[in-house]
Amino acid sequence: MKILVCITHVPDTTSKIKFTDNNTQFDKTGVQFIIGPYDDYALARAVELKEQGGGSITVLNVGESDTEPTLRKALAIGADEAVRINAFPRDAAFVAGEIARFAKEEAFDLILMGRESIDYNGGMVHGMVGELLGIPSVSPVMKLDIEGNTATISREIEGGKEFISVDLPFVAGCQEPIAEWKIPNMRGIMSARSKPLKAVDPETSGSQTETKKYELPPAKGAVKLVDTVEELVDLLKNEAKIL
Amino acid sequence: MSILVYIEKDQRRIKNSSLEAVSYAAALGEITGDKVQVVSLGEAVEGEAELLGKAGAAGVYQVTDDRLNAGVIQAHVEVVAQVFDKVKGKTLVLAKSSLGDAVAARLAVRLDAGMATNVVGLPDLTEGFVVKRSIFTGKAFVETAIHTENKILAIKKNIQPVKTDGSAAPVENVAIDLPGETFSAKITGTEKATGEVLLPEADIVVSGGRGLNGPENWGLIEDLADALGAARGCSKPVSDLGWRPHHEHVGQTGVKVAPSLYLAVAISGAIQHLAGVNASRYMVVINKDPEAPFFKVADYGIVGDAFEVVPKLTEAINALK
Repeated sequence: MKILVCITHVPDTTSKIKFTDNNTQFDKTGVQFIIGPYDDYALARAVELKEQGGGSITVLNVGESDTEPTLRKALAIGADEAVRINAFPRDAAFVAGEIARFAKEEAFDLILMGRESIDYNGGMVHGMVGELLGIPSVSPVMKLDIEGNTATISREIEGGKEFISVDLPFVAGCQEPIAEWKIPNMRGIMSARSKPLKAVDPETSGSQTETKKYELPPAKGAVKLVDTVEELVDLLKNEAKIL
Repeated sequence: MSILVYIEKDQRRIKNSSLEAVSYAAALGEITGDKVQVVSLGEAVEGEAELLGKAGAAGVYQVTDDRLNAGVIQAHVEVVAQVFDKVKGKTLVLAKSSLGDAVAARLAVRLDAGMATNVVGLPDLTEGFVVKRSIFTGKAFVETAIHTENKILAIKKNIQPVKTDGSAAPVENVAIDLPGETFSAKITGTEKATGEVLLPEADIVVSGGRGLNGPENWGLIEDLADALGAARGCSKPVSDLGWRPHHEHVGQTGVKVAPSLYLAVAISGAIQHLAGVNASRYMVVINKDPEAPFFKVADYGIVGDAFEVVPKLTEAINALK
């Protein structure tokens, strides 16, 4: 089975978010970049599927050269080759357009990615890729098993889950507990150095949306600590006016 | 020109987040002069036209086809795309949800529409079309300009009060021919807690953490949630340990909530948990560790043992009724 895993290169979940240039640029100073946590689940499941049934894993990122260490890490985890579409990921439509163009030429059986990136939280790219390629898209996927040409999926819905049966090829936006995150071992790290990582030029030129200005939420006031539940109920009733 | 709203139903009721989306569209329509139309898929629920009209809909396009009762993503895309054409849609508005996200992303391609998700306010139209949305899982906001003619806005929970002063909307039944391939991803079953308040929809959420020592103690959370009419949530360790199902996990990689009140019991407040709750209007923390990071972001707190404080709180709330 030929699997494509699309990954994002995003600030670590514990990062303090700051902006520069009059709030028009994200401040990368001191920020550790990682494979998007949801993408990491997608990659882990791809590695398991390959272990079970053979095949190959291509990992792809739309990004500038600073994302290459993130792609190398994906190779160390178990992808066979990496592709970087050499462009700043302007918006979801741009990224999806580039992924779809690449995927069309390669005829993948399965396209996996995270349910959303943890920077812009759009959650749109998997659906867009599915529509662009004219194949089904399913998200958020919590369980994915494949037998022959058919996948059995459990998709999270509000308050529970839904079971889906779908034939390959399709696109899935993944989330926990689809697989356990995999930590690269020494052998993986060594072999990642010699695995192919190629950069290709983008084809799309435009984007549909544009970032104007960032803003941080207003600082929170100090917590009001109380000793009794009566005082708490009073605050919720008379100050917050919730009860 | 119209604003079309895609709504969802749950347990034979229109979801409150969908009514918020209709109300948002109505407020947007007042600025742009566009009429608000609603596309309602699957079995109609009682009082639907009245409820949607009150929230600001000028008309409802009812597409009754039993196969649409379930959230078949591609079939929903096909229906909404066709109705969007029919009403000469310009903007599609919907509430962010598990199904809404999946449907809207495909529609963005289909309608050649620029899309913004987690929208937190009405657009600024003074220079183009600029909307503010929440990013970095609630840790920041961004103003995004949408340059396309057609637009899709997926709005965040609790940013628009539900309007109740509109008049009943006329309903038009529409038949839509659905090609077989739109059902190629088949839903074979669902497993869903019934009769519970849905976590992302809830106005009050009560969550429990590892400090409760085990699933056998969840009665504390359930009783307090029941007293408040609240949904139940939990922290990631609790869901990882299998004490509670994954759909109750609140946080960065779980459900993001934005209730009026979030009540955290025995949850220390790791940054990943806070990312899922930082949009809450009020946060209350009950924890025996005064150094728990959650106290730094909470509005109200009690430093104390959950096993003593929670039953008293439940009692005090029940006494209000």
